[in-house]
Amino acid sequence: MEIKILGTGCPKCINLEKAARAAAETFDFEINIGKVTEIDQIMDYGVMITPALVIDEKVVSAGKVHSIEQIKELIVKHKS
Amino acid sequence: MADCGCGCGGGIKLVYACSGCADVGDIADRIARKLKRDGSANMTCLAGLGADLSGFVESAKSADINITVDGCGVLCAKKTLQRHSIEPMSFCITQMGLLKGKTPVSDEIVNEISELIKEKIE
Repeated sequence: MEIKILGTGCPKCINLEKAARAAAETFDFEINIGKVTEIDQIMDYGVMITPALVIDEKVVSAGKVHSIEQIKELIVKHKS
Repeated sequence: MADCGCGCGGGIKLVYACSGCADVGDIADRIARKLKRDGSANMTCLAGLGADLSGFVESAKSADINITVDGCGVLCAKKTLQRHSIEPMSFCITQMGLLKGKTPVSDEIVNEISELIKEKIE
């Protein structure tokens, strides 16, 4: 699974990344986490509000800082 | 807005235009672009919502206010948001006194209607 955090580096983006990494560690399958910080690349996802969370190239949230538990739920929901 | 300028600081207003082929659709498009230029709202793509692209959908769901500018009473922009269970603040050019097919696309009209919309959204 590939998770990306879209955001230019503000505290909300950093907090979402931390939560995503913590959530990913609780699963027994491989989850790679990346960051997209260039605004042009963020816009390519159609995202107008950051931070955004992308799971396997699908934007699953925008403008929200989820808790670890919420991200775990999103991972389970979007696991193919 | 946060210092990073990414739009994560809250108070996000997104504006969509129907950009239809009639004169009033053209005016709706120009109004949305003017609202963006003037800093009243961030313009985004109605087509992205129509195509169910996840980034556009999630952004619309998280915006504090979604504003649609439709040219005529068919209300394509408003209905596109409603497809995603989002109720926008809706403006319709023909319901603001202009006639479809009989309205010149001029800066004067665009500015006049834009100011009326600004009064409602700011």
